[in-house]
Amino acid sequence: MSVIFLLIAASTVVALVFLGLFVRAVRSGQFDDDRSPAVRMLNDHAPAPRAAEAPSTNETTDR
Amino acid sequence: MTERFQYDNRIVKNFLFVTILWGIVGMLVGLIIATQMVAQNTPPDAWYYWIVRPFTWLGELEWTKFGRLRPLHTNAVIFAFVGNAIFAGAYYSLQRLLKARMFSDALSAIHFWGWQLIIVLAAVTLPLGMTTGKEYAELEWPIDILITLIWVVFGVNMFGTIVKRRERHLYVAIWFYIATWVTVAMLHIVNSIELPISLTKSYSWYAGVQDALVQWWYGHNAVAFFLTTPFLGLMYYFLPKAANRPVYSYKLSIIHFWALIFLYIWAGPHHLIYSALPDWAQSLGTVFSIMLIAPSWGGMLNGLLTLRGAWDRVREDPVLKFMVVAITAYGMSTLEGPLLSTKFLNGIAHFTDWIIAHVHIGGIGWNGFLTFALVYWLVPRMYGTKLYSVKLANAHFWIGTLGIVFYAIPLYFAGFFQSLMWKQFTPDGFLVYKNFLDTLLQIKYAYWLRALGGLLYLIGAFIMVYNVVKTVKAGRLIANEDAEAPALEKNAPEEAGGYWHRWIERRPFQMLLLSLVLVAIGGIFEMVPTFLVKSNIPTIASVKPYTPLELHGRDIYVREGCYTCHSQMIRPFRSETERYGEYAKAGEFIYDHPFQWGSKRTGPDLLRQGGKYPHSWHYYHMYDPTSMSPGSLMPPYHHLYEHALDTTTTRAKIEAMRTMGVPYDEEPYGPGFAERANAHLSEQSAVIVAGLKKDGIEAQADKEIIALIAYLQRLGTDIKVKETAATR
Repeated sequence: MSVIFLLIAASTVVALVFLGLFVRAVRSGQFDDDRSPAVRMLNDHAPAPRAAEAPSTNETTDR
Repeated sequence: MTERFQYDNRIVKNFLFVTILWGIVGMLVGLIIATQMVAQNTPPDAWYYWIVRPFTWLGELEWTKFGRLRPLHTNAVIFAFVGNAIFAGAYYSLQRLLKARMFSDALSAIHFWGWQLIIVLAAVTLPLGMTTGKEYAELEWPIDILITLIWVVFGVNMFGTIVKRRERHLYVAIWFYIATWVTVAMLHIVNSIELPISLTKSYSWYAGVQDALVQWWYGHNAVAFFLTTPFLGLMYYFLPKAANRPVYSYKLSIIHFWALIFLYIWAGPHHLIYSALPDWAQSLGTVFSIMLIAPSWGGMLNGLLTLRGAWDRVREDPVLKFMVVAITAYGMSTLEGPLLSTKFLNGIAHFTDWIIAHVHIGGIGWNGFLTFALVYWLVPRMYGTKLYSVKLANAHFWIGTLGIVFYAIPLYFAGFFQSLMWKQFTPDGFLVYKNFLDTLLQIKYAYWLRALGGLLYLIGAFIMVYNVVKTVKAGRLIANEDAEAPALEKNAPEEAGGYWHRWIERRPFQMLLLSLVLVAIGGIFEMVPTFLVKSNIPTIASVKPYTPLELHGRDIYVREGCYTCHSQMIRPFRSETERYGEYAKAGEFIYDHPFQWGSKRTGPDLLRQGGKYPHSWHYYHMYDPTSMSPGSLMPPYHHLYEHALDTTTTRAKIEAMRTMGVPYDEEPYGPGFAERANAHLSEQSAVIVAGLKKDGIEAQADKEIIALIAYLQRLGTDIKVKETAATR
């Protein structure tokens, strides 16, 4: 059963990585706003048509 | 300042189309083996003989028997179908959530083609019998390395995109993708530590109980971090998009994400309840599994409640229909899973078709239906057109749902009733169903219905293919989709000079973590060999390493995938010790690289098979199972009688075992045994051939069947030796 030490070590390292990410995310204000992110992800408004000097907008192929 | 850029739709399209392709292949292989399972050895006078003949004929070939196709089925649906769906959905949503094109088009392409190469290699090697013998991790070591490399490419591409993002906030879906990447990388590496013998053969570094624990720690978390977390990420992106309303509670999504990833990793031992794994480890698995109900249901409810007030749209939109059934199936299987990890229910359900039904609720319900929803939502959008036929999509939905019902419900019945039959005693205390096969033949009707369910589900998928082809023809791929977003404001001081080291200086916490990870990786590679070799010190004195012939026989057992139908794990129930013999002890498995406990009994347990029948029984049985067990559903193994045993690898095999601490230099073998191994092998084959001759069989000593018989006759006998010694 000594392999349990390997599994505990590996799992704990990953858990610590996640904990670190969590602390970092909280500190950087990732979770301060728990309302607007859910709404903002819905808005993918397409950009306004480009000015005349720009090359054609959509590079399309039919494959 | 607003920046203009383009989303890469071509990579999403590529991943999405191979998802459909491999999905069909994987489901077709599933249908083949489901039919083989019930129809193998159908007599030519049965009315349905010619209907099932293509499938049973495949079951008679060397490469396409159940034991080799079942790993192909699981690998295809998990890593090819679901895997490519993850990549398609993640590549689409990551770009839009981060307001950036993928980090590198070249990496995207390498990721795509590399992953397809892995799949093709799997589809070639698994039917050829190249397997590690560990469920869901069957691919041999060169492919394991390739998987690692491609996974790193995916990681670099994803994290690169995150770094260059134009949106400071990371939407919850991205958290799920990150967790997926980190954890799968670790699981894959730890579980795949193996010692190569040749390009196509390796031995798991772990043995017996240890191997079982590592394997199911991996196996369960493959479910968690390959089939669950990435799909939750997809749900959190595509469900609000399809319903055009925000997720019910963003707060809940955050809480349930962190709870889920911290709890999931410890649930693995629930796959080994009542096995030879120490009891405390089993209980640990149960406790964490029960706790998992909370975050899992948090996710399910959050998904379903997103549709509150929009149920009228579900009636009309097939995308939402697929999603509702998918999320419901997720909720059902994440309640059932914890219940099945309690000792009481596990004692009934383990090794039966109940588990097969359970995983398919998750597989074809949750993963399959969410993938279909993605296809129907993404294809029209990326081709700038409308879905060709909503009616056909609805037809797919209903036929697929019916398929799930026909698949799962008969198997729930089958599992429950077969388990009760295994455990049923007469009033005098004898087993009612002494012959295992009798319990199997009782549930054949359920296997027919399951195959029908699978067929319906596959027909649904074909309807989708037609719909997609028509839609694609009506539109044109928007390969690069225009987008614009303001650039992310950067911290002014950070930008000024000495960029990279300032970055690290300002983040001591990350530095610490990074070094910890590096140290841990180093530590793992130093520790594993030493303490695992030490752990091979026998705890039961009579347990000895396999003879060279038995070792070859064991490798044939692994190659043929015998573990997909036969367990080697007698649980400590009276019904099992009466039927099979003494229950399994941890100390019996210390030389088993890999362990072969199995997870499903379509045939009887084989742990105490040794000495139960004469050599001749096995010789006849492996050639034609119905000759010894009338009605048997096991395929015939003619090729074992034709192929000569490859004895050129004997020395390498013995030496590899020595490296992993198997004491071949001790009694009864002695120092320098690897040199004499083939001589020992010939002697033992001669004894078996002589034994067969007594029963009137002229067998050739150099054929593979002799090695397999040697292994089967050895199984579980070391303990019997000890018992006779004790009574003396």
